[in-house]
Amino acid sequence: MNATPKIKEPPVFQEPKVSAKTAAAYGITAEEYAHILEILDREPSYTELGIFSVMWSEHCSYKSSRLHLKKLPTDAPWVIQGPGENAGVIDIGDGMAAVFKMESHNHPSYIEPFQGAATGVGGIMRDVFTMGARPIANLNALRFGDPAHPKTRHLLAGVVSGIGGYGNCMGVPTVGGEVNFHPSYNGNILVNAMTVGIAEQKNIYYARGAAPNQPVVYVGSKTGRDGIHGATMASASFDDDAEAQRPTVQVGDPFTEKLLLEACLELMQKDAIIAIQDMGAAGLTSSSVEIADKGEIGVHLNLDLVPMRETLMSPYEIMLSESQERMLMILKPEKEAEARAIFEKWDLDFAVIGTTTVARQLKLDMYGRTWCDIPVPPLVDDAPMYDRPRADFTPPEALDNSLYDIPNGDITAALQTIIASPDMASKRWIWEQYDHLVMGETIAAPGKADSALVKLPGSNKALAMTSDCTPRYCAANPHDGGKQVIAESYRNICAVGALPLAVTDNLNFGNPERPEIMAQFAGCIEGMAEACRALHYPVVSGNVSLYNETSGQSILPTPTIGGVGLMDDYTKAVGIGFKEEGETIIMIGGDGAHLGSSLYLREIHAKEIGLPPPVDLSAELTNGTFIREVISQSMISSCHDISDGGLLPALADMAMAGDMGFVLDEVSQLSAAFWFGEDQARYIVATNKPDDFVKHAADKNIQTRILGRTGGKDLKISSTHSISVKELKQSHENWLPAYMEQE
Amino acid sequence: MDIAILVFPGTNREKDMAMAVQTVTGKAPRMVWHKETDLGKLDLVILPGGFSYGDYLRCGAMAAHSPIMKEVLRHAARGTPLLGVCNGFQMLVETGLLPGALLRNQSLKFICKQVYLRAENNNNDFMRGFEAGQIINVPVAHGEGNYFADEDTIKTLNDQDRVAFRYCNENGQSDESAAINGSREHIAGILSADKKILGMMPHPENATQSWQANVSGLPLFTGMIGAITGA
Repeated sequence: MNATPKIKEPPVFQEPKVSAKTAAAYGITAEEYAHILEILDREPSYTELGIFSVMWSEHCSYKSSRLHLKKLPTDAPWVIQGPGENAGVIDIGDGMAAVFKMESHNHPSYIEPFQGAATGVGGIMRDVFTMGARPIANLNALRFGDPAHPKTRHLLAGVVSGIGGYGNCMGVPTVGGEVNFHPSYNGNILVNAMTVGIAEQKNIYYARGAAPNQPVVYVGSKTGRDGIHGATMASASFDDDAEAQRPTVQVGDPFTEKLLLEACLELMQKDAIIAIQDMGAAGLTSSSVEIADKGEIGVHLNLDLVPMRETLMSPYEIMLSESQERMLMILKPEKEAEARAIFEKWDLDFAVIGTTTVARQLKLDMYGRTWCDIPVPPLVDDAPMYDRPRADFTPPEALDNSLYDIPNGDITAALQTIIASPDMASKRWIWEQYDHLVMGETIAAPGKADSALVKLPGSNKALAMTSDCTPRYCAANPHDGGKQVIAESYRNICAVGALPLAVTDNLNFGNPERPEIMAQFAGCIEGMAEACRALHYPVVSGNVSLYNETSGQSILPTPTIGGVGLMDDYTKAVGIGFKEEGETIIMIGGDGAHLGSSLYLREIHAKEIGLPPPVDLSAELTNGTFIREVISQSMISSCHDISDGGLLPALADMAMAGDMGFVLDEVSQLSAAFWFGEDQARYIVATNKPDDFVKHAADKNIQTRILGRTGGKDLKISSTHSISVKELKQSHENWLPAYMEQE
Repeated sequence: MDIAILVFPGTNREKDMAMAVQTVTGKAPRMVWHKETDLGKLDLVILPGGFSYGDYLRCGAMAAHSPIMKEVLRHAARGTPLLGVCNGFQMLVETGLLPGALLRNQSLKFICKQVYLRAENNNNDFMRGFEAGQIINVPVAHGEGNYFADEDTIKTLNDQDRVAFRYCNENGQSDESAAINGSREHIAGILSADKKILGMMPHPENATQSWQANVSGLPLFTGMIGAITGA
């Protein structure tokens, strides 16, 4: 160790004695505890127990999910780094890489919405810049309870201002996302945050690669007592007094993180870092264990040297603290002075707190004593893995569409209701609180296109990004729901003209110890895996969040997907809004035929029943490829995929985004499934070259249907059904602000 | 021609600003770290947007006491043109180079959206690229942009033709439909008495590139830089 430890009087505290009973209180089962005794050949100390409990927690060890995650395809020629590092990395050409990941911060956000959401955003940005990438976009997928539930409004307001507060200050634009409401989230909201960054391929940093006798350096904020045992909290279900856990929620400081970002990126230009890991869940414990495990070495830390913002912290508290904005790095010994100067320039703490060792032990000294001396490999390799029992899944019955006609045949009234329903209403109130323009590279602002588009600096290339999940499909049929999540992400990327490259997944489910939840989990993953394979759209990073239930009430299965695609020339990209009067509106894919699990059924008939629409992956691939082709040939001027709500709400989106109406004089259909069915693999386009377009599609055996023409101020669905864009927009825009104003 | 963009810890729109300047000059401006103490000879100093020092005290308050600020004051006294946008405007107000204060938005929320502005004059080096009364469409992105000053100050600003921009609707009217953040008399940007300093909350730099929603912020840059080069 190259610094002299400060000699202090040992503080007056004694570590509690550890027994199987203490272990149980920390979420360690009797069987797991017996295994710890076997590994150590003695009772663990209190600090050691804390370390085992977080490393073996569901959150860190993926003990219920690992077995199933292996089924996901993670490879493609353009994948540089798949799951297992801080974030996934893909090749985007010209020596550049996109680095991205999505992560949940569900439990903390329910307990303390502002800080919970803020630190979720901070954490995911850190994962990305730890790898040497500059974050260029944030997205988020939020799920709240029933709007009528007394807590929903408060949670929504807090989460949104927490996300904005952090992302805005960091100067990273928040460019996209999704928001759903459903009673299953009443006691357990979901806050899934995604960050996308870009890096030079030759300048990417990993947690692996450290060797013995190198300095272990702590940088960033000081360590306090916040967030202790956050990872363990994320691995248990809530009961009704969840608020009592507020002290386990971390507190964010985006200003310090902005400094940390700039300092890290500056240092990363200097060839000084050997390995780096951010201190996220389980803070100093998981970061030091990760680096040690991946480097096949040990780590010896002197905790007296850890920058602390509180006095008399115990080794246990230091190791388990989840104070934010901290990083652990292994430096080339000769570069220490240069690195220190950079962090001092940015007014950040920089402390050499230990050294790497040949012996693969995690050894922790403080106050003149050793508090922990345990082998590293078992913390990771021996972490429990469970094949939890799964219930047999019984799919719901197919729906008889004839029972669910449009009430009074009033198609515009149904449209208006759907477009103003909580899930479909405009989320302007939310995204206007996010700086979506900073950095100056945002091409498509929220609501303008199916994917967010952010240009690469100094280039015509752009990244297309989207986050998607349809939890009601996943509940009705996990396997098809899993397929659909990937398919929809793929469609959203194709619909702007970009090539879908890879996804990050954020799997939010209930308690895995319940066989019906495990069935949902495994089913969704198997469906996703099938779709990822068929669409050449691998998973490169992700996060699993289990135990999302409160008092036995589980959330809908919510495997959120963050997709990233590449647009070679942003000038070719299209949005959803109609642009020119008199263009022909054409639907690609077949007519709508399924109403099961549709929004129409839920919003108009108050039923959440029936099978979701089937997903034909080969049609997704063919139609998506076709769409990208016609966009690259400038054959269409706008494009929108058909998803939630079906055909008519999709047409309404295009009208509202372009402030232009349409006349559907080519159809004389009034069946609910035609207008509101959510059948997959479908798009709507507007073109001024309809003949070329239809011929081109026919050559590829792609089904098209001409619906009508753009123009005017009204949506003219038939001679008797019409509504103005203005009136529809009012309903669409008013719901959320009006809801948020009611206190 | 020498243009400097000052960078404070927490500044985050310096690259946007540099991109806008470079679009006009063809040359990357000088980025100056806040710990520097000599700006040298300069034709224009820009204080860009962001959250300097996290804006944990009052927006811009800490930056106003940064080492580089002494230099900024010296340049201001010498008549070097000074542009402050968003957090930069807040700094100019905190240093007393411009009058008034920027309070929290009336909605108490951060607002990021495209807004309409009316250029109120064109008889000075900052505004010369606009027609007087020209309506432009640029974004705002701030939590504390609610311009406040006492009656006398507002009267002075009006009398001396020192209001550079007001928020308006798409037809150019500054009525209730144009209210963004609660600013007095819809003020979005003001000039110093000698018209050598402009502070504004909206981001003209984010309306200068072909891929952005529009380029109606560009005349500010062409005008202001043209005044230096004599174009």
